[in-house]
Amino acid sequence: MSALEFRVAIRDAIAEELERDERVIFMGEDVAAPGGVFVATPGLLERFGPERVIDTPISELALAGAAFGAAATGLRPIIEIMFGDFMGLPMDALVNQAAKYWYVSNEQGSIPLVVRSAVGGGGRFGAMHSQTHGTWFQGIPGLKIAMPSSSGEAKGLLKGAIRDDNPVIFLEHKRLYSVKDEVVEPVDAIALGRARVARAGGDLTIVSIGKGVRDALAAAEQLAPDGVEAEVVDLRTLRPLDLETVCESVAKTNRVLAVEEGPRTGGWASGVLGAVAEAALHDLDDAWIVATGETPIPYSPTLEDAFMPDADTIAATVRSRLGLTVAR
Amino acid sequence: MTATQGAVDPQTLLDRYGRMLLIRSFEDEIHRLFLRGEVHGTTHLYAGQEAVAVGVCAALTEGDWIAGTYRGHGHALATGTDPEALAAELLGRSTGVCGGRAGSMNVVDLAHGLVGCFGIVGGSIGCATGAALSAKRTGNVAVAFFGDGATNQAYFHECLNFAAVASLPAVFVCENNLYGEFTPMRAVTAGADIAGRAHAYGMPGATVDGNDLWAVTEAAGAAVERARSGGGPTLLEMKTYRRYGHSKSDPAKYRPKEEVEAWLERDPIKHARARLLELGVAEDEIAAAEEHVRAGLDRAVEAALAAPYPDPAEDAATEFAA
Repeated sequence: MSALEFRVAIRDAIAEELERDERVIFMGEDVAAPGGVFVATPGLLERFGPERVIDTPISELALAGAAFGAAATGLRPIIEIMFGDFMGLPMDALVNQAAKYWYVSNEQGSIPLVVRSAVGGGGRFGAMHSQTHGTWFQGIPGLKIAMPSSSGEAKGLLKGAIRDDNPVIFLEHKRLYSVKDEVVEPVDAIALGRARVARAGGDLTIVSIGKGVRDALAAAEQLAPDGVEAEVVDLRTLRPLDLETVCESVAKTNRVLAVEEGPRTGGWASGVLGAVAEAALHDLDDAWIVATGETPIPYSPTLEDAFMPDADTIAATVRSRLGLTVAR
Repeated sequence: MTATQGAVDPQTLLDRYGRMLLIRSFEDEIHRLFLRGEVHGTTHLYAGQEAVAVGVCAALTEGDWIAGTYRGHGHALATGTDPEALAAELLGRSTGVCGGRAGSMNVVDLAHGLVGCFGIVGGSIGCATGAALSAKRTGNVAVAFFGDGATNQAYFHECLNFAAVASLPAVFVCENNLYGEFTPMRAVTAGADIAGRAHAYGMPGATVDGNDLWAVTEAAGAAVERARSGGGPTLLEMKTYRRYGHSKSDPAKYRPKEEVEAWLERDPIKHARARLLELGVAEDEIAAAEEHVRAGLDRAVEAALAAPYPDPAEDAATEFAA
């Protein structure tokens, strides 16, 4: 057991895969010589050289388009689109080219490509540097979308994403880069597509992903003294969506709360609740969502803090839905 | 394996002429099949631009990559895609090169170096830039075909800059047929020419007569050689013209009659045939080659039309590669 910083987990995953497979390359803006704006990737250029660790122009479309073309012809690129908010720019290459290639080519070839980005609010970065773009891509067949909730998960899921033969949108919550979690090395690659139960409990199921899982775990600890044991399901990927693990938990708890950092309308949480209702309405006594408001993400600390779901808001809604009094 | 006109034997020239004629005959046939309702949706025919695809692909070798456009039947046939499999694809049949999943605008044929054709203007440029990253490792090159309309897309500007700073073995082949869909290129494209944009990105650019197979082969050969030897990318502007409208049954009434007549007079196939005769290839040899191409195409189309449509009940499609 040793403490691993999230940003180092990202770096180690990339380094181990660059070491393991000659076909892996890593490209992005400021990622090589500068080492990344979140200091996630220093040292990789020095270790693997400029043919495999590449600083690119600020040209997100060229970056994604070239990564697609490279992946179609035998390389396994990892690219960094610095902030998730910038994902509007490379959309064509990812949605129309990378996502569809396996199917449209009649399975002549696939696109092993990972698109890493820093996402999420809470950093006072304002409306255009704080979004979480997972749901922008969730309705696109052929793309996988992964988001780790801890250092160990980050390392395992990123290694799994790099070894995956399909295009993977990989979201790194920027409030997690500095967290340190205990891990047991070596951390193996985690195959994408299976959720995990991050905390066992029998009274309700809290489903989330990324930083939301940590908030849910903290809320669960607040609720335990009230005699409420929450089971926390970490989705790990939004596509594919592991409904089976969610439904198994709901069959036990009969209540489901989905916690999403993003607007309720068009969010993944409503999709999960709808899917649970469709598959297992008989298991459900209650289902609800904690999400953000329907405005862009505000800048001012007071506004942003109120806007973001956190452990307190999660615990408060659970108490309210379960009819518990706040005072103990 | 670059080819300059002095070094090429008559049989090779006849083969290239035959390939151009195959594309022309294929497109004329597809046009007929479209009007009969056998080809679905829309088509963008390559007829009139054959010298570009054939001349450029003549400069390529095993392991090189090309990326084509939605006007891509010519790119596929030039790089070696089986005409029967291509026809079947456009007819939506299970024997199509992509099993009927791709259709006219999105053909992929990796076995022949065609990374893909792209239904959205400019997509081929990003693809070839990335293929050039792969090609750099193997001593190969990657070619992007795209139209004049694509030179106003972000793909063009971003990728030419990136390819130049990374010194990638790429050749950017602009097929300037003077119209972006229905709009004259000059009405929406700043600057005197497209080739001149190369200089802004620190790479050579040349304007080439895209209806002259020999001029195309020569220019492409030099650009490919430069890319292969580590000299970086080149932009080639091929001046050409489409015989049909932009898509479907577009009659292209926006093109002045005199302009159309002048370009049809400079038809690349007519030009190549005359040149072969000038170079001493016998009339009956040319006629025999033409007959061979047409008979082969007839067989291919017949077989494609006889092939079954994919059966949805037997479709084993998977969302993801395992």
